[in-house]
Formats: sequence, C-alpha cells, structure tokens
Amino acid sequence: MMRYILPFVAFVVIAAFLFVGLNLNPREVPSPLIDKPAPAFSLPQLHEPEKQFSPQDMLGKVWLLNVWASWCVSCKDEHPVLMALARQNLVPIYGLDYKDKREDALNWLARGGDPYVLSAADIEGRIGIDYGVYGVPETYVIDKQGIIRYKQIGAVTVQSLEEKILPLVKELQNK
Amino acid sequence: MKRILILLLSLVPVMVFAGEAKDMAQDPVVEKRMIGLAENLRCLVCQNESLASSHAELAEDLRREVREQIKKGMSDKEIVDYLVSRYGDFVLYDPPMKTSTALLWFGPFLLFLMGGAFLFYQLRKRNQVMPEAELSPEAQKRAAALLNNDIDNKA
Repeated sequence: MMRYILPFVAFVVIAAFLFVGLNLNPREVPSPLIDKPAPAFSLPQLHEPEKQFSPQDMLGKVWLLNVWASWCVSCKDEHPVLMALARQNLVPIYGLDYKDKREDALNWLARGGDPYVLSAADIEGRIGIDYGVYGVPETYVIDKQGIIRYKQIGAVTVQSLEEKILPLVKELQNK
Repeated sequence: MKRILILLLSLVPVMVFAGEAKDMAQDPVVEKRMIGLAENLRCLVCQNESLASSHAELAEDLRREVREQIKKGMSDKEIVDYLVSRYGDFVLYDPPMKTSTALLWFGPFLLFLMGGAFLFYQLRKRNQVMPEAELSPEAQKRAAALLNNDIDNKA
C-alpha cells in the first residue's frame, strides 16, 4: 500500500507548488510602500508649470495617483478605462507624468483626452524612484490620511477596477 | 573666417567626449563604490541583470540616485536600506533571513533531509525484503538439481 501512497503524496505536493507557482507573476514586485505614508514631493503641474502639486494637498480625500507617460505603450490600453472612470466621478485621478517631455505629454492628453484632475511632471523620474515605480503604468490608491493602500502594477483594467480598486476606494471613503 | 570655423569644428569631438565621460571623470572613488553596490542589487526591469550591468533607463536613474547618495555621505547600508524601502527585498541579490524568506533559506536543507530519510528508509526496506533464505539440505539438493537441469535444457 505504501508504495502507491508515497509517490501519490509526492505528486500532489509538487503539483500544488507548481499550481501556485505558475499562477504567480514573476514580474510583479510587491511594493513595500503598502500601508506606508505616500512619499512627499512637490512638483510643477504639467499644464501650469508655475503651480506646484503635492500629495499633502490631497489630505482628507481618497484619490488615485496614476503614473503615466506619453512614451508608454500600455498607457494607451489603460487610457480609455481611466477616461470612463473619470466620467463616473467616483474618485479623483491625479497623474504623475513620468520621465516625459512636456510637449509630448500635452499632445498626448490633447489627442486622447485628459482623465486627470491634474498631472504633476516628474521629468527626471526622481519621484518615481521614491514611489518605487519600475514600470509604467502604475496606480496607487491613497487614503484620507495619505497612506498608500494599494498599488496596481501595469495597466488598470475594467476587471481590476471592479474587483479591487473601486471596492477599496468605497471602503476607504466611508471610513 | 575659415580658420576660425575649422578651429571650432575641430573642438566638437573634444566637447562631445567631455560630455559623455563626465560621470566617471567627476569622481572615480564614488564611481567605484557605486559599481560595488550596484553589483549586488537587482535591476527591476531586466530582472536577471544587476543594477551595475543593466542598460535599462530605470537602472541608469537608480545608479544616478546611488551616486548622489554616496556624494551626500550616506553609508552603504543607508543606501541599500533606502532602495529596499522603495522596491522591497527584491532588489537584493542576497535576501535577508525573515519569516517570509525562511522557505528560501531552509527549503534546500529540508529537501536534502527528506531525500536522505527516503534513501535511508528504502535501503533498510531492501535489506529486510531480501533475507538469506535458509534451506534444508534436501531443499538445497532439489534447488541445485533444478538449476542444473535448467542449464542442461538451455544447452
């Protein structure tokens, strides 16, 4: 009897590990910033460079910080989703224009529409490093106390909005 | 006029060179320390490359960041801690021992122990399964006869 049980148990254990392992995304690096205060910064706004934007301005509100760039390919996929979300007026979306040229960024928004309340221009990518950005697009959900609650790595999709981001936003808004 | 133009043009390559080598030339000590650190850090974009060898734009930015922090007088540990606080243990090629990395550190030993136990168990079982059969004299004679017979038949 043992000769059959042992290989079977070994098979089940290996299969379980592989099943979990193959479903993980090795490109996804979990952010250590979850449940930590969003790093402070003050950057010129994209549309009005003489004005500054700082996450401090957003205390008391739940908001999304979406890292984007005109050179980013997946941002194009994400863009209509963000446009639809902006129209719904559920949560303000702020942009962090990452390592971009101002003109390119403005052109990009003029062509595809601007879902952002405003965008901050991180020309040199320094704030991106503070936020642990390693691939654009990335989206942070930040709560009323200025704490990062969730990080979406890669494009925001209808599915990720419905399953994760919007329920979390609602929960944080009611707190 | 022409001479001045030629003189100016001949300066162009010099200027270009000066621009490219600036980082290295500025401070070789900083550069050496930066490379030393970056060799043990992982690039987030090309995940199997070190920060020192990667050409990804993010890697260049991170090298710049490390360079600046060295110039600010931060210790190696402070710089590594800074990067870990942004990108997690993932940036380290030498991950620290924690509850979440216990399996990584002890997994191989655990597998080794399991393999050893299995081998031990199998070897012991094999010794038990094949004991020397004790035969009575008659049985031995019969066995010998059978064996001989077998050989004869085959021949």
